[in-house]
Amino acid sequence: MADTLVKMNGVEKVFHRGGEDVHVLHALDLEIPRGDFLALMGPSGSGKSTLLNLLAGLDRPTSGTIGVDGQRIDQMSGRALAKWRARHVGFVFQFYNLLPVLSAERNIELPLLLTSLSRSERKKHVDAVLRIVGLEHRASHTPRTLSGGEQQRVGIARAIVNDPTLVLADEPTGDLDRKTGDGILDLLLALNRDHGKTVVMVTHDPHAASHASRILYLLDGQLSSEMAA
Amino acid sequence: MKFLGLLLANFKRHRLRTTLTILSIIVAFILFGYLAAIRRAFQMGASVAGADRLVTRHKISIIQLLPISYKEQMEQIPGVAAVTHASWFGGIYKDPKNFFAQMPVIPNEYLKMYPEFILPKQQFEAWTETRTGVVAGRYLADRFGWRIGDKIPIQSTIWRPKNGGDMWTFDLVGIYDGRFKETDNTQFLFRYDYFDENRAYGQGMVGWYYIRVKDPAHAADVARAIDDHFANSPYETKTETEKAFVKGFADQVGNIGAIVTAILTAVFFTILLVAGNTMAQAVRERVSELGVMKAIGFTDGQLLAFILAESCIIAFLGGAIGLGLAWLLVSMGDPTHGALPIFFFPPRDLFIGAVCVVLLGIVAGLLPAVQAMRLNTVEALRRE
Repeated sequence: MADTLVKMNGVEKVFHRGGEDVHVLHALDLEIPRGDFLALMGPSGSGKSTLLNLLAGLDRPTSGTIGVDGQRIDQMSGRALAKWRARHVGFVFQFYNLLPVLSAERNIELPLLLTSLSRSERKKHVDAVLRIVGLEHRASHTPRTLSGGEQQRVGIARAIVNDPTLVLADEPTGDLDRKTGDGILDLLLALNRDHGKTVVMVTHDPHAASHASRILYLLDGQLSSEMAA
Repeated sequence: MKFLGLLLANFKRHRLRTTLTILSIIVAFILFGYLAAIRRAFQMGASVAGADRLVTRHKISIIQLLPISYKEQMEQIPGVAAVTHASWFGGIYKDPKNFFAQMPVIPNEYLKMYPEFILPKQQFEAWTETRTGVVAGRYLADRFGWRIGDKIPIQSTIWRPKNGGDMWTFDLVGIYDGRFKETDNTQFLFRYDYFDENRAYGQGMVGWYYIRVKDPAHAADVARAIDDHFANSPYETKTETEKAFVKGFADQVGNIGAIVTAILTAVFFTILLVAGNTMAQAVRERVSELGVMKAIGFTDGQLLAFILAESCIIAFLGGAIGLGLAWLLVSMGDPTHGALPIFFFPPRDLFIGAVCVVLLGIVAGLLPAVQAMRLNTVEALRRE
C-alpha cells in the first residue's frame, strides 16, 4: 500500500468578511497517498480552491493540522513556507500565469533560480521538461506568441521543473477548449503515471475529473463523497 | 547575478515609460552637476581663500578708496606680517562682454601675498623691468589667444589716462598658472606705479588692502585692531577674512548657494515623485505576477530586494548618465565665456550626486517594494 503524502486533520478555515465570519472548511480530514491523482470537485464556494491553497502552503488553516511528507506546514513561518514551496510544490494555474516578458524557457527556469543549480544545470532541467511537455521548438517564444494550450504546457513545465513532491492544479483546463484540454489532462496523467508525481487537481469539469484516479466532492466546506474515477 | 536577467526583462515591459523616467533622472542630474559648478563658480575661490589673509576696505563700500599711506600704518599693527594693495580698474577689452578683473598691484608684494599664482622667474623679472608690463592668468590668455609680447589695449571706464583719451596699452610680459584647480587664473595684473603716475586723478589712493597675519588663530583680533586704528578717520575701514570678503563679493548677486539648493531640492523632489510613481505603477500592474513568484517560492525579502533593485537600476542608469553628461558639459568650460572663471564639477559634489543616485533608487522603490512584500499571495493570484 502506498504511503501517505498529505495528511490533514480537523482543518477549519474561516474568513472574516464584512465583519462576519465565513466558514469555508469545516473540520476536514483528508489523506492523500503518494503517487495519487486526485480530483477535487464541487460547486463554486464549496472550498475547493481554499483547500488547494492550504495544501500549497499559500494560506494557513484557522485550526487543524496539515502534514506533507512528514512536515507540519501549518506550523512553518512565512519564510520557511516559501522555501518549502520552492522545493516541494508545483503549481498549475487556470490562466497559466506566465511572466509575459520572459520566454517559455525563462518562465520554466524561474523556480530553479531559487536553487543553487548552476546555469548549465538549470538549462539541462529546463530542456528536460520542455521535452516532456513537447515544446522544445517553442523554447524561445514569449507567452504572447504561444497558444493557450502551449502556455499551459509551459505552466506545467514550470510546475515540475524543480521535481516537486506535489503538483497542484487549479482548473488547469478551465480556459481551454476540449481538445486542447484533453492534451493537458493527458500530460498531467503521464506525469502521475510515468513520473510518479502526486497530482491534486481542482476542477468543475467531470470530463477532466475522469482522468484522475480518485474524485473527492466538497460541499459547504466538507467532504461529501469520494469515488474512484 | 542569476536574477539579473529577470530584473532586466522587466524593463522591456513599458519601454517608453522606463525611458522617459530615466530621461527625467538624466536631466535632473545634469542640472545638479551644472548648478554645482555654478555655485562653486560664484564662491569664486572662497574655499581656497587663505586663512591667514585679511582684506581691508572702506567701511562704507568697496568702491570708496583708501589712502596708500595706510599701508605703513597697517604694517605697524601687532600681528600683521605683510600688507599689499589692489584696485579695481574696470576697463573694457574690445567689447564690454569680455569681462575680466584688471587690477594694478605691486608685483613682488602681490605674488608673495598670493603664492598660489605661479609665474616663471624670467617673466617676473620682465614685469619688474617693464613699467607697462602686465601679467595675465592662463585661462584669460588662452581665452583671447594672447602671447607674451602682445600689446593689449584696454579702454578705461573709471580711470582715464592723464594724457587724454581713454585707452591704456599694456605689454604682456607673463602668464601665470594656478597652483590649485580653484585658483583664479583670469586676473589681469599690471603695475601700480605705472597706473598711479598716469591716471588723471586719484593719485595716492588704492581700492583695498590685503593683509597677511602672523597667526591665523588671531586673525579676528588683528582685523579688529586695524579697524580700531582707523576709526574716526576720514577713511574708516572694514576688515574681514578673505573668505568673507570673497563671499560678500559673490553675495552682491544674491545668495547663490541658497538659490541653487532650493532649485535642486525642488528638482529632486519632483524626480522622486516621478521615479516613485513609475515603480508604484510597475508593482500595481504586476500584482498577479508577483503572486506567482510568491507561490513559486520567492520569499518576502527576495521580492522586496527585487523591486528595490529595479528602482536602483533605473536611478543608477539615469544618475550615471546624467552625472557623466554634466561632467562632460561642465568640462567644456564656462558657458558665459568669462563671467564664471572658476567653472568645474567639484569632486565633492560628484560624490554627493552619487549618494543622491543611491538614495533616489532606495526611496523611490521602498514603498512599492514594501507593498509587493506584503501582498497576500492568494489574493494576488486572483487578480488579472
